Amino acid sequence: MSVLQTAKSLLLLEFISGMALTLKYFFRPKATLNYPYEKGPLSPRFRGEHALRRYPNGEERCIACKLCEAICPALAITIEAEPRADGSRRTTRYDIDMTKCIYCGLCQEACPVDAIVEGPNFEFATETRAELIYDKGKLLANGDKWERAIAANLAADAPFR
Amino acid sequence: MTSWFQAQLGEGLGWFAANLLLILAIILPVMLGVAMAVYADRKIWAAMQMRKGPNVVGPFGLFQTFADAAKLFLKETIIPASASREVFLLAPMISFVLALAIWAVMPFDAGLVLADLNVGLLYVFAISSMGVYGIIMSGWASNSKYPFLGGLRSAAQMVSYEVSMGFILVAVMLYAQSLNLSDIVLAQKGNVLGLLNGNIFNPLLFPMAIMFFITALAETNRPPFDLPEAEAELVAGYQVEYSSMSFALFFLGEYANILFMCALIPVLFLGGWLPPLDWAPLYIIPGFVWMLLKMAVMFFIFAWVKATVPRYRYDQLMRLGWKVFLPLSLAWVVIVSGYLMFFTDKFATAPGSLAL
Repeated sequence: MSVLQTAKSLLLLEFISGMALTLKYFFRPKATLNYPYEKGPLSPRFRGEHALRRYPNGEERCIACKLCEAICPALAITIEAEPRADGSRRTTRYDIDMTKCIYCGLCQEACPVDAIVEGPNFEFATETRAELIYDKGKLLANGDKWERAIAANLAADAPFR
Repeated sequence: MTSWFQAQLGEGLGWFAANLLLILAIILPVMLGVAMAVYADRKIWAAMQMRKGPNVVGPFGLFQTFADAAKLFLKETIIPASASREVFLLAPMISFVLALAIWAVMPFDAGLVLADLNVGLLYVFAISSMGVYGIIMSGWASNSKYPFLGGLRSAAQMVSYEVSMGFILVAVMLYAQSLNLSDIVLAQKGNVLGLLNGNIFNPLLFPMAIMFFITALAETNRPPFDLPEAEAELVAGYQVEYSSMSFALFFLGEYANILFMCALIPVLFLGGWLPPLDWAPLYIIPGFVWMLLKMAVMFFIFAWVKATVPRYRYDQLMRLGWKVFLPLSLAWVVIVSGYLMFFTDKFATAPGSLAL
């Protein structure tokens, strides 16, 4: 070690310059987002919790084509279908296992009638696993709850689809 | 106060009651200070990383530490099956009790001290040396790999740095001609040009102050010397197997020690309860306000260093302790005592000195 290096380390020059840097950052504006109170912006394409949508007259959109079930890479979707009394084809069972889902968004891309969509909600943590196995009722309820946000997102993204 | 209690309760019991009250009068503010220190530590650390830090519990998150403590107290104390039960439980108690006992000799203001020992500095040194027992006992009694390594590291580290710390204290003692902490503070009154209070303004003692600060970091296991509890390598070192209250005692003891070092450095080098300038209007502000102010500044620097530096490697730590600090402090003792011997009359007037 040269004399110069020794003097440098004895005078703690590098420590002082390091501490000057941290002191500079001490007065910088904070980057923290106060999460439960503040939330970051979400893209209209954000893929969150699933929802089954309805037409404005209340009729469910899903026609039980099972394209989403077929394309789902995680095999999270299970659909059973039967003709309804009025002759139209509807699902009798539409389950999504949210613990299997990888939120790839292929189901909403496959859907010809925009029935299954991934909404903007990402705060659906539960206390038990069983609550994460969504049935048709839960998905339709989600659709009713988030319809405004989902419709706005679809409209915002429409020019690019 | 002691005489009033003795008149009420009799000689022995009155003395006991009065001292118990005085001890509580020191411990409770210290514990409150520890809680605030933990909070301040987290806040400062966060700010330097451009985070906000705890800000949810209470105004500005001030009650965060109390919430954490309450959580810890409600948890289950787990004692590992292979641990040596008695020693395992004794270790955190030793750490905590020693961390509080050391405060007995700390002067917060002129006369505001629980035990005005004439060997106060020796007492401080003895108690802080004993602190290593708590850590090495916990490391050994846990009967587990990481705590064992952490305990050994800690023992080696504390022993190494206490040597040079002792020599630094010798230099201060030589200047003050006393081991009493209050006398050391009073000896700093106007000791530089009759204007500045504090050994740190003395060019001969300034390097000692810096070195004492660094050894204090090593003594309290703060970064960059936090090898005993290195999260990245030893998970948490000697604390790994501890939970609930036993962990809380270690944690509180550690911060009480840090706070004590933040108080000891002002007493030894910054003029304790004296204002930094020996100028009459500054003495209007009460002494303990100056003392608390200096403690706060010291704690800020402790947290600042923690936010800045990375951890030393173990061999670097040992090299710094034995090959840099020990020779430097040893040489400095010779320089300081030589200066005092030949250029001042301190040794001539000291009791028991040899007439040369």
